[in-house]
Amino acid sequence: MLDQSPTGYTTEDGRKIGGVLMEMRAITLSFGGVKAITDVSFDIREGEIRAIIGPNGAGKSSMLNVISGFYVPQEGEVWFRGAKRPPMKPYQVAAQGIARTFQNIALFEGMSVLDNIMTGRLTYMKVNMASQALWWGMAQAEEIENREKVEAIIDFLEIQAIRKTPVARLPYGLKKRVELARALAAEPKLLLLDEPMAGMNVEEKEDMSRFILDVNDEFGTTIALIEHDMGVVMDLSDRLVVMDYGRKIGDGTPDEVRSNQAVIDAYLGVSHD
Amino acid sequence: MTASADRDLESVPALLTRNARKFPNKAAFREKEYGIWQRWTWLQVSEEVRAMALGLLALGLKAGDHVAIIGRNRPRLYWAMVAAQKCGAVPVPLYQDSVAEEMGFVLANCNARFVIAADQEQVDKVLEIQDQAPTLEHVIYLDSRGLRKYDHSRLHALADIEAEGRAAHERLEQEMAAREAALNYDSTCVMLYTSGTTGRPKGVVLSNRNIIESAKNSAGFDNLGPGEEVLAYLPMAWVGDFIFSIGQAFWTGFCVNCPESETTMMTDLREIGPTYFFAPPRVFENMLTNVMIRMEDAGRFKRWLFRVFMDHAKKVGGPILDRKPVGGVDRAKYWLGNLLVYGPLKNTLGFSNFRVGYTAGEAIGPEIFEFYRSLGINLKQLYGQTEASVFITLQPDGEVRNDTVGVPGPGVEIRIAENGEVFYRSPGVFVEYYGNPESTASTKDAEGWVATGDAGFIEKDSGHLRIIDRAKDVGKMADGRMFAPKYVENKLKFYPSILEAVVFGADRQMCAAFINIDLTAVGNWAERNNIAYASYQELAGHQRVLDAIQGHVEEVNRSIARDEMLSGCQIHRFLVLHKELDADDGELTRTRKVRRNLIEEKFADLIAALYDGSKSVYTETEVTYEDGRKGKISATLEIRDAAVADAARKVAAE
Repeated sequence: MLDQSPTGYTTEDGRKIGGVLMEMRAITLSFGGVKAITDVSFDIREGEIRAIIGPNGAGKSSMLNVISGFYVPQEGEVWFRGAKRPPMKPYQVAAQGIARTFQNIALFEGMSVLDNIMTGRLTYMKVNMASQALWWGMAQAEEIENREKVEAIIDFLEIQAIRKTPVARLPYGLKKRVELARALAAEPKLLLLDEPMAGMNVEEKEDMSRFILDVNDEFGTTIALIEHDMGVVMDLSDRLVVMDYGRKIGDGTPDEVRSNQAVIDAYLGVSHD
Repeated sequence: MTASADRDLESVPALLTRNARKFPNKAAFREKEYGIWQRWTWLQVSEEVRAMALGLLALGLKAGDHVAIIGRNRPRLYWAMVAAQKCGAVPVPLYQDSVAEEMGFVLANCNARFVIAADQEQVDKVLEIQDQAPTLEHVIYLDSRGLRKYDHSRLHALADIEAEGRAAHERLEQEMAAREAALNYDSTCVMLYTSGTTGRPKGVVLSNRNIIESAKNSAGFDNLGPGEEVLAYLPMAWVGDFIFSIGQAFWTGFCVNCPESETTMMTDLREIGPTYFFAPPRVFENMLTNVMIRMEDAGRFKRWLFRVFMDHAKKVGGPILDRKPVGGVDRAKYWLGNLLVYGPLKNTLGFSNFRVGYTAGEAIGPEIFEFYRSLGINLKQLYGQTEASVFITLQPDGEVRNDTVGVPGPGVEIRIAENGEVFYRSPGVFVEYYGNPESTASTKDAEGWVATGDAGFIEKDSGHLRIIDRAKDVGKMADGRMFAPKYVENKLKFYPSILEAVVFGADRQMCAAFINIDLTAVGNWAERNNIAYASYQELAGHQRVLDAIQGHVEEVNRSIARDEMLSGCQIHRFLVLHKELDADDGELTRTRKVRRNLIEEKFADLIAALYDGSKSVYTETEVTYEDGRKGKISATLEIRDAAVADAARKVAAE
């Protein structure tokens, strides 16, 4: 069992994981009569890669949407950086330093890769619309500064060759990478990835895994991800939350989760009475 | 230049010192990073190289050590090579895509103590094979990404090495100056491993004399000056890149531009617009295909404009480029075409400033070559090898043809042996294969003549060299005339409808051929011409397909007949095979090279039919399906006679 002290722990490969960044306390979310999440609690620590896994319909995406502020839970509390978070709009959550990617890619198809990633910088742009339109004074300096940040991300994710390409013309794997780039452009404290590897081939999955690890290592970004591919998740994440039918059935390191009987049952299929 | 000044320029570091003095503020290297072209002047480069060299000294680099360099074309890796030379060590650039095992062989073979690698990917490979290379001491990397958690006892960042060098300059300056002063024309400049299609790779040792003399001669041949811009995108381990990006660049002082990444090469090419450019035929081919595909998507007016002016360019573009007389009206139309079509097209391709460029390595299709030349792009061919420091022959301006590789370069002598093999001798001839005296002796004789392994001949009237084939593949026909199957096969394969051809004729009275049609190209053609077919076999046996192939064969015959020496290789009879030659059936190697002997055995009945005059032949062939099962296909193949041109027929009739 890991040292769950508030000051954090050290991973097997020697990374220092800090204190609690976000904490979900007894979250319950329902849509009409359907309970999507029932009384789930867990925390995400600074600098770690945290995965939420579970079979279809387990409530993973709903949980991610709660974190990103898209859904407001009926019960329970969300704590972020040591403070209880009141119900917020997604853009307010984004301003707090939480960025995300989507399971079904949500990019501006007609815009170039560069422009798409630039939208990730929106929370950092303060100049008013008139001077932006005239590209005058502060607007110029601001755009150059933001462009530099974006170029560093383009370089990091190795998508220089498609900088000016409209997103609509890109293959699926690259679109996923562009979406990650846009999320990174916001320089988030917490990065949420909704099935970053869905629909990818083995090579693309390897690339994406490498990028996720590099992001975590290079920028120190805390990452919470949902993923179906068990092999990838086990290799990638420091700790996992396992959900099934809206409840948490396991929580711990990959090894702990792997030997957890409830998890094995959920994945191998045991009849639910 | 005076003799004493020449004396000072006997190494690459000496050239760098001269450039820093002569062109201190001129751009020497550029690299696109974070979307912007970064630029270093010759003075800055010499500063960087000095810091790197001092840092390497501080780390214990000895004179004569081998320093392996692994990565894509980046200014810092080029500088690292010069820094190693400054310390009296020998740079050994490696192919970055080679697998760990190959890398291990090379590192062990040259006893490398230092490796300078671009990034984590390369560092991982080196660490993986460090047991194979016991002499390896230090690994230095450029890009620290992903390497933070690695054990750094023997791993260093290049930036740290440079910083250390700057800090230690007082202590080490004297040592470095002494090492640099010891360099002369006979000291080793670089060691390059030949890719080794046969057997293990061999380290080709090239001296400063080899590199600098070759650079000087070739730069003189094409009037290369400090104003040239080149794009460094071909592997650093390839001798051509070393000559262009180090040899010629440091000799003339021109600017070397490094792309942002491997995938952005085309964009970077357009932005830089090189004046001097090298690419293998494959690159030119791909560019042409892209242009044609995009033209097909263009509007009707644009397509019409393109067709009209490209037809005109085909007619007069070449002659105008060669400064041959062309009528005023044609010139005016070409000028207009340049305004409307050629200019914008060249701009899109990145060839607006193209002054001189080369292609080499394999045969380039005549229509591809003509396409670029007709646009006014001075594309030429050269013939060279690693052992020659690239240049053996080059085509001079105004004497460019598709079927020759040019005249001997300045200072190069050429000799054709009895069996047709080409030998050369030049200041660029390599010193030796590293640690391999037997191979050295079998390639280079005591007088310095080097065997190329290629068969060819010098054209009497033009003095141009023509390469026919690999020397070992060239044989004789029954009447003693030269038989060069690959030469003919390549000519046939330039037709899109012919995928593969196998020509027979060794020790026989006449040549005959098997042809494989290209299903994509012929299938496409069939579709457009409303020809229905159910299988490959049916399409291959279709009368109209055979007619078309016969046309191609006869065209090839006419072109071969123009060569006195090769006129015997005209194809008298041919058949179109009922199945595609396949590596699964052992007929091709995995790299799609024809296995002549096996084919001769397997299709002995067909060959017999080709030579006994029959009109058709029934055959059964075993095939292997993709899942490994075997089956038999049977067919009756029609054998056609092809018209052969006069010169040969006379001989045959006698």
